[in-house]
Amino acid sequence: MDGETSLYAPRVRVYPRAVSGTWRWVKWGALVLLLGMYYVVPWLRWNRGPGAPDQAILLDLDGRRGWIFDIVLWPQEVYFVTGFLILGAFGLFLATSLFGRVWCGFACPQTVWTDLFMLVERLIEGDRNERMRLDRGPLSVAKAAKKGLKHLVWLAIAAATGGAWVFYYVDAPSTLFKIFRGEASTEVYVFIGLLTATTYTLAGWAREQVCTYMCPWPRFQAAMLDEQSVIVTYQKWRGEQRGKHKAGDSWDGRGDCVDCRLCVNVCPTGIDIRDGQQLECIGCGLCIDACNETMAKVDRPVDLIRWDTLAHQEERERGRAPTAWRPIRARTLLYSALLAVVAAVMIAAFAWRSDIDVSAQRDRSPNFVRLSNGDVRNGYTVKISNKRQEDRRIRLGVRGLPDAAIAITNAADELAGPPHLTIRADAVGTYRVLVTIPAAKAPAGSMPLSFFAVDDAGRELARHESAFVGPGR
Amino acid sequence: MPTKIEKDAITGRDTTGHEWDGVKELNTPLPTWWVYTFYACIVFAVVYAVLYPSWPWLSGHTTGLLGYTNRTQLTQDLGEQAKGRFKFVDRIRTASFEDIRKDPELFNFALAGGRSAFQTSCVQCHGAGGAGSKGFPTLVDDDWLWGGKIDQIYRTIQFGIRNTNDNSRQTMMPRFGADQLMTAAQVAAVTDHVLSLSGKGKSTPEGAKLFQDQCAACHQATGKGNQEMGAPDLTDGIWLYGGDRDSVYRTIFYARNGSMPAWSERLDPATMKMLALYVHALGGGK
Repeated sequence: MDGETSLYAPRVRVYPRAVSGTWRWVKWGALVLLLGMYYVVPWLRWNRGPGAPDQAILLDLDGRRGWIFDIVLWPQEVYFVTGFLILGAFGLFLATSLFGRVWCGFACPQTVWTDLFMLVERLIEGDRNERMRLDRGPLSVAKAAKKGLKHLVWLAIAAATGGAWVFYYVDAPSTLFKIFRGEASTEVYVFIGLLTATTYTLAGWAREQVCTYMCPWPRFQAAMLDEQSVIVTYQKWRGEQRGKHKAGDSWDGRGDCVDCRLCVNVCPTGIDIRDGQQLECIGCGLCIDACNETMAKVDRPVDLIRWDTLAHQEERERGRAPTAWRPIRARTLLYSALLAVVAAVMIAAFAWRSDIDVSAQRDRSPNFVRLSNGDVRNGYTVKISNKRQEDRRIRLGVRGLPDAAIAITNAADELAGPPHLTIRADAVGTYRVLVTIPAAKAPAGSMPLSFFAVDDAGRELARHESAFVGPGR
Repeated sequence: MPTKIEKDAITGRDTTGHEWDGVKELNTPLPTWWVYTFYACIVFAVVYAVLYPSWPWLSGHTTGLLGYTNRTQLTQDLGEQAKGRFKFVDRIRTASFEDIRKDPELFNFALAGGRSAFQTSCVQCHGAGGAGSKGFPTLVDDDWLWGGKIDQIYRTIQFGIRNTNDNSRQTMMPRFGADQLMTAAQVAAVTDHVLSLSGKGKSTPEGAKLFQDQCAACHQATGKGNQEMGAPDLTDGIWLYGGDRDSVYRTIFYARNGSMPAWSERLDPATMKMLALYVHALGGGK
């Protein structure tokens, strides 16, 4: 409608141009490293002995175990995962306050896979101008073939991505065969399908729309930035007035920017860095590479676009030598301190993590039982978790009340003997334990009673504080 | 509808054309594909509403073309679960109690199954965890009317006590006072003797003689009881109907004949076996 702007913005297609330079190589390096890790890690083997999986990293949801090399995480230890997520978050805050959006530009899966998908696109359809021409042109056999091939390769990469994801949750080698033979579980196919679809859609089609519209991080990362954060900066004071420049013309009275628009053309989000900091900028530094190419050609100093802090820019603009960069600031100290505290708590929790646990739940109904000779008995459900990969023989005992006798009614192999128990490897033994106290010694009301497990050498392995309840007097 | 779109001087952006008391809104357009995802959600909702139960009527609701209900889903899930359990249940049906107890996996399955069945069928009288109450024996102590060996427990569960089943455990305590087998004074004398058996109060020669004549046939001369007859031990500290003088007097005067259903009429053998194992493991099993 005339004179009206639409409330909905049509997608402006971004055709990023190929570029080479320092930051491009850093990005390739990060891509190879990160994708390599992602695809290879599930295939690492780790010998844990018979009966245990030999996959170095396996998050076995069915078996309720996280296998991470020699660490076996049980469901109740999921707080270690929480701890890692908190570390990740504070690490991200710290990195952002120091170096801007390095995560977005170099390490975010959306960036890495989009980079890979753009590489495929460029190899098949050619660089920016060829792609634009191809898209504008009429449908032809060649165009259909190129487009078809591109989507085929994209889908293959996407499927491999979804496939690699499920390998973190199931045994990789056997599942790979099962997938192709059609024998894998429905969940495996569903998740491969799901992640294939998301990878193909997000890295192939949505790309910068994810960063601009879907991701919450760009919306609040500005809160971590300040004038001391190193970010991708166009040096306006040096670049303006911009304008075309012919070889031999004087550089007096004008800026260094020759308005070649390379920085815009290489930008994966299609923005103009010369407009200053903006939400869409993912801080990947490709415009720095592009601008340096041009500056070298026109024989001007490089780094018209550079990594710099806003504080330094202000000083440079005033013609002063920039003062030293201040990486140590209140916010970076705070983030570092939080990182250190969370890491210390996690290390402590891990160091004191026991590979055997005893827990006892006292029967509430009946609270206690009087036997025919007047003795008082309490019933407990005792669970003993053996987190080792070998059977363990322990003796269960109680402490805290004299003359407390202990009996176990469901230890199949130990019905007659003393309360020696064999807890199977990587399993929880559940026992019904009866504690009986002679009538004369029975406590009035509740008294503390602790259950403990000792090994054959008599060393205490674990303990649980519970109570014994006798009739009130 | 937008009326007056202006260009904002500071941002260079258009306004939406809406104005509220002088407050204008910058136009920050939503990407078009975003709108299409809203449309896709609406389409999904319509398709879902056609396929699945969704709209309520005044009574009932639309059933949906797929005929899905939570209840059929549940029945199906339970059927699949039963299939998974069959392996264990079948072994429990055929194995002896001793063999089940020797196999930790099977034993633990039986205890879990027994607990579940106990909570459905037994807690109404015997209480949660077998705690019992007055008139309903506690199952966690070591005192048993009809025997605490696992086979005895199993038999009690199968056929019950004093019911119409042919195999039911059947005995009857006479109503000594009410049926005038004894005078009130005689009942009182026996009461004193019974209490003296567990060290409460003093017996009299008359009470002792009456006990030997009238009670010892079932409860034995020592008062230790007889599990064949379901006759309780009178010498211990456990009293199903109360151990004070008045309760014991009433027990002798009016008699007590508790009853229990024959569960073989309602439960399958595997469930009853699991129940027997569970009750036996509660604490009092012999």
